[in-house]
Amino acid sequence: MNKLWSTIGAFIFVFAFFNSLNLNAASGAACGNYLSEDGLTKGECDTAYVDASDKASLQRGAQIYMNYCLGCHSLKYARYKKVSEDLEIPLEMFKENLIFGDQKIGDLIQVGMDPKEAKEWFGNTPPDLTLEAGLRGADWVYTYLKSFYLDESRPLGVNNKVYENVGMPHVLAGLQGIPRSICKQMPSFAENGGFKQDPLTGEQLTKEQCGFLEVDPGSGQLSPEEFDIAMLDLTNFLAYMTDPMKIERETIGTYTLLYLFIFTMLSYLLYREFKKDLH
Amino acid sequence: MVTKIMNWFDDRLPLTATIERHLTKYPAPINMNIWYLAGVLLVVVLVIQLASGIWLLMNYEPTAEGAFASIQYIMRDVEYGYIIRYMHTTGASAFFALIFLHMFRGMMYGSYQKPRELLWVLGWITYLLLCMLGFTGYVLPWGQMSFWAAQVIMSLFGSIPYIGEDLLTWIRGDYLISGITLNRLFAFHVVLLPLALIAVVFVHILALHEVGSNNPDGVDVKKFKDEDGVPLDTKPFFPYDITHDLYAIGVFLIFFVAIMFFYPDGGGYVIEYVNYEAADNLKTPEHIVPSWYYTPYYAMLRAITFPLFGLTAKFLGFVVMAAGIAIFVALPWLDRSPVKSIKYKGVYSKFFLALFVLSFFVLGYLGSVTSTPLRTLMAQFFTVTYFAYFLLMPIYTKYETCKPVPDRIQLS
Repeated sequence: MNKLWSTIGAFIFVFAFFNSLNLNAASGAACGNYLSEDGLTKGECDTAYVDASDKASLQRGAQIYMNYCLGCHSLKYARYKKVSEDLEIPLEMFKENLIFGDQKIGDLIQVGMDPKEAKEWFGNTPPDLTLEAGLRGADWVYTYLKSFYLDESRPLGVNNKVYENVGMPHVLAGLQGIPRSICKQMPSFAENGGFKQDPLTGEQLTKEQCGFLEVDPGSGQLSPEEFDIAMLDLTNFLAYMTDPMKIERETIGTYTLLYLFIFTMLSYLLYREFKKDLH
Repeated sequence: MVTKIMNWFDDRLPLTATIERHLTKYPAPINMNIWYLAGVLLVVVLVIQLASGIWLLMNYEPTAEGAFASIQYIMRDVEYGYIIRYMHTTGASAFFALIFLHMFRGMMYGSYQKPRELLWVLGWITYLLLCMLGFTGYVLPWGQMSFWAAQVIMSLFGSIPYIGEDLLTWIRGDYLISGITLNRLFAFHVVLLPLALIAVVFVHILALHEVGSNNPDGVDVKKFKDEDGVPLDTKPFFPYDITHDLYAIGVFLIFFVAIMFFYPDGGGYVIEYVNYEAADNLKTPEHIVPSWYYTPYYAMLRAITFPLFGLTAKFLGFVVMAAGIAIFVALPWLDRSPVKSIKYKGVYSKFFLALFVLSFFVLGYLGSVTSTPLRTLMAQFFTVTYFAYFLLMPIYTKYETCKPVPDRIQLS
């Protein structure tokens, strides 16, 4: 029986080990010049808590994508029909609200823009985003979407903290408002980890730190919190795009594992029975 | 009825005799341990790869224009296509993990020694074929890493003095990696190499059943036989080994399925993230990293940073890398030890085997990360220790003191 238990133990260990790795984060490229809100880390992405089972979030994400992103970025390996089925959006509603132009429900999700012209306009053809969340990681996508800021030196007037000098305009400015890169007075830390204080007055000492993002209040349709949620929805949708079979895959996987556990158990009992002959 | 049918066949084909010889009555030493499972699991993975490969082939399009999209077609539109593909990608990694364990087992217990030299050589050929299968298969999805890995590996042939450039063009079939290259690699991957692999594995098993399995004690079980001529310290494959193997296959499949369904990317080791982007010959990825099972050899390639005797560093690196794979074949003739198993070999053998394993792992790590001057130095050091295991073997196996080997298998 010992062998069986150690097998089960080993399996649980490996499972726990893999689970402890945040595989999404591991895939991500570092986040450029992105400064965390507390000003302590630079270049680390915010965590996107994507959830493939949250259909409402995926639906909202799809809505944003089809309205704001699809003008330039295709999802050319995916089909409208599958998206409508997976996200549980009724076919008629999907056709009316989320398919533009004369594309059919069974078509791949293409853009109408001519790639050559796009290259002239933006300096580069906007990439297809079907697999973007797999390529860069969901955390990267999420942080990138939140990191546009006003920069008059750029041809389109905006820049991005995560992807410096990107050719993309701030398409979501209508929702977010006008983000600026600002400087703030931040507390400075002593060597022991506590706040640095003025030895005479006891007041906290601060130092100026630049690179924070702040949106002009009231300039966008959404509040900063609402915008973060919207970007998480959009990221969630892109993560789904990369791995649309996740839910089905894990369901089948669970049943397969259950079957194999029973099979292995029985084969162990058979093995044990025959082993008795040998000694 | 059954007997009648079997008799009909037996008169025309040695059917019963073959089944008895290779399956039911094959005598397996009684002290085989967990290391002996890698062999049977390799056969399981071979079957998985052949089956999933055939189904992938039904929907894959071997052209530079269509390959990448056809993979996504398999992943999204083909019913359960993603299961078949993940089976194949996980299978590729499992194949290498198991063959490494299988080879290490042979090295540990001296399974390459007389009379099993040919068995070892045949096994080495399967490893070589597997390396080629892994490489050719990796290019087929035509992602960024597929393309650039092909670029790096093929360019090695270009480093050969005098004939390099022409040879490279001949191998690629074009002046750069293109759809023509993809097509020939495809032909190798789905026809030539699998055929060769099946043939060599078949002969490998024939050879094994001719000389019999080695065992952890390295004792020759054929010395003592019962009145029927069956070696005393063995058990028939059926039912004792088959039930044992069935149980092992169950355990193995649990791990296999867990990775396949829950971590198909394997944290970037089974499927690399850069390959989520279609091949683009104008855009070099920041870091070109081979699959994990080639990283020890990639580290060796990069470890050679200096030209020597008028040969370029790249060519020398290529030679060292190829030698790292090739040198296994010489093992039966490098080992001068009177005993087989590491259990009875002397302290030097144990030390050098441990050093070899350490070198293999460290090189594997170094091959998967970007190089720095310190890492290059480490790679050079461990390349030397890797080869030391082989090249010093004739000396240390000859002059060390071994423990006496018992006549028969001792079960504790």
